[in-house]
Amino acid sequence: MSPGSGERPPERVRVTGPPRHTVQSRRPGTGDIDEGTPIGAILFGSLVSEQRRLAILILSVLGLVVVSLPLLFSSYESLAQIRLLGIPLAYLLLWVLVHPLLIGLGWFYVRRAEANEAAFAELVAEDEPEGDWDERDWDERERG
Amino acid sequence: MIESWAALVGVVSVVVATLAIGTWSLRFSRTTSDFLVASRSVRPALNASAISGEYISAASFLGVAGLVLVFGAEMLWYPVGWTAGYLVLLVLVAAPLRRSGAYTLPDFAEARLESRTVRALCSLLVVVVGWLYLLPQFSGAGLTLRAAVGLPTWVGTTVVALVVLAGVAGGGMRSITFVQAFQYWLKLTALLIPAMVLLAVWVGDGATNPADIAPVGSAAGTDTSWSLPIGAGTQGLYATYSLIIATFLGTMGLPHVVVRFYTNPDGRAARRTTLVVLMMLAAFYLLPPIYGGLGRVYADRLGDLDQSDSLVLELPRVMLPGIGGEILTGLLTAGAFAAFLSTASGLTIAVAGVLGQDVTGRRFGRVRLSGISAFRVGACLAVVVPALLAFTTLEVGVARMVGLAFAVSASTFCPLLVLGIWWQGLTAPGAVAGLLVGGIGSGVAVVWTLFEISTTGWPAVLLGSPAAWSVPAAFLTMVVVSRATRGRTPAGTRRFLVRLHTPEVVPLDRG
Repeated sequence: MSPGSGERPPERVRVTGPPRHTVQSRRPGTGDIDEGTPIGAILFGSLVSEQRRLAILILSVLGLVVVSLPLLFSSYESLAQIRLLGIPLAYLLLWVLVHPLLIGLGWFYVRRAEANEAAFAELVAEDEPEGDWDERDWDERERG
Repeated sequence: MIESWAALVGVVSVVVATLAIGTWSLRFSRTTSDFLVASRSVRPALNASAISGEYISAASFLGVAGLVLVFGAEMLWYPVGWTAGYLVLLVLVAAPLRRSGAYTLPDFAEARLESRTVRALCSLLVVVVGWLYLLPQFSGAGLTLRAAVGLPTWVGTTVVALVVLAGVAGGGMRSITFVQAFQYWLKLTALLIPAMVLLAVWVGDGATNPADIAPVGSAAGTDTSWSLPIGAGTQGLYATYSLIIATFLGTMGLPHVVVRFYTNPDGRAARRTTLVVLMMLAAFYLLPPIYGGLGRVYADRLGDLDQSDSLVLELPRVMLPGIGGEILTGLLTAGAFAAFLSTASGLTIAVAGVLGQDVTGRRFGRVRLSGISAFRVGACLAVVVPALLAFTTLEVGVARMVGLAFAVSASTFCPLLVLGIWWQGLTAPGAVAGLLVGGIGSGVAVVWTLFEISTTGWPAVLLGSPAAWSVPAAFLTMVVVSRATRGRTPAGTRRFLVRLHTPEVVPLDRG
């Protein structure tokens, strides 16, 4: 190593794995939402708009069925004469079939809404260690 | 004069069971929080039974069957709307409402809009809707005891009022939760078993299709109008849509339903509870139309069809004379009484909670009542006023009366909740203006319907079914006035909305 060559080469380190103790560069997350930063607004807005879209989807399906039924029956009064197994069509729809529809929509909504919230919770989690984490760390955090 | 001992035994056992369960669960009720929201620790399955038990009122148990008998499929929109209202509630308000962390609707309004005026207006509306809904429960109880047992109407009204008062003032929400969960299963059984027996009788009699029977009672129309899910003509179509709007959107604003959501442990549990409620209501609402159809087949043997609320109670005696019919009547009377008791208890809790916080809990001179005493005084007020009104009987059917309560709720609390939860721009002046427009609009309609008999002509139809115009008017007013007063958005809006929409597991500052 000749003197006066100027810059010294960087200190040599033995690399055994990805860096463990890097300075935490803070990820956008709960802090941004608490402080009301623009990033926080985007994060929170993404959850609300996702949930709103889901709500509108469910209500549109419900509304379409409910708005169309009286219109259909008033336009085509002969529909009232249709019977299946002796049951008039209107009874079949409003007495029996409406319930599987309502429960199905509700079940779908609960599943999707919970999934949206889980995705949001993962998105804003700030303490996520960068670098080497594996399945085991996940499990511990889940338990914690 | 006692006409039916079986029915009397049924009523007495329901009353005794209600008081017994209430007393047994009293040991769990200690704090004001227990009284108001059962300390927010009721699990979904129990809570769903309690919600369904409290929700299935006399209108569902007695009213629907009679209406289907006389008017046919268009009346199925009542049970459909009462169930679908929970889907709308699930999608728009269930979890956020729970996460708001407030005790009652006025609490929610004040926390969201930071305004005492909005709070006061909401308290007034809770009391109005509550009394409007309590009135048919009390008068229905009188009619039921007269039809089934042969006692004068004031007896039934007084019994229900006293039992409700004892249960509510004694144990509050915690003990009522067990009582109402029990009453759901009682009501389901009391309607299911007689339906099975009567269906068997009907099959034995040749199983005449009810759809083949000519129009009965006061219903005019053609032979197929019983199978038509809409009223006659444009007015009928309007009334059908108005009923759909009132029931679909009104459920979320009913005070006794809203209070129940605060008893869930968290937002996720609130959603799951609502889903179970949807299933429980579906199971129940399969039954009343069966009575409607059977009643049509045996209509010539029934009494006055314009008193259609007592149809369910008369049917077993008509179809199965003798001891068998008597026992079924007893079971049905017990179920009907459970319906009066549970709905009236739930409403009383809600109204008493609001009165206890905003009226009787205030300082009068040097006297100030403690939390639980204020709640108890509130409960007395909540019961006495509609019970007295029920004595001066207004001849409006149970289901129609309840329908009006839904219309008022849909015109006031629905816009407040939906916009408050999903729109940042709502301001206190906007909310006040919208509540006034919706409340006065639907309120005028209610008063008019109570005192006016005529039901023909557009003015009568528009006032008899106000929801189709009063709900959009309230929404529009809230949005327009809020936009005009844009500068007055409450300071804590952002933080409050974060609290409403984010899952509890995420560590956030929720104010």
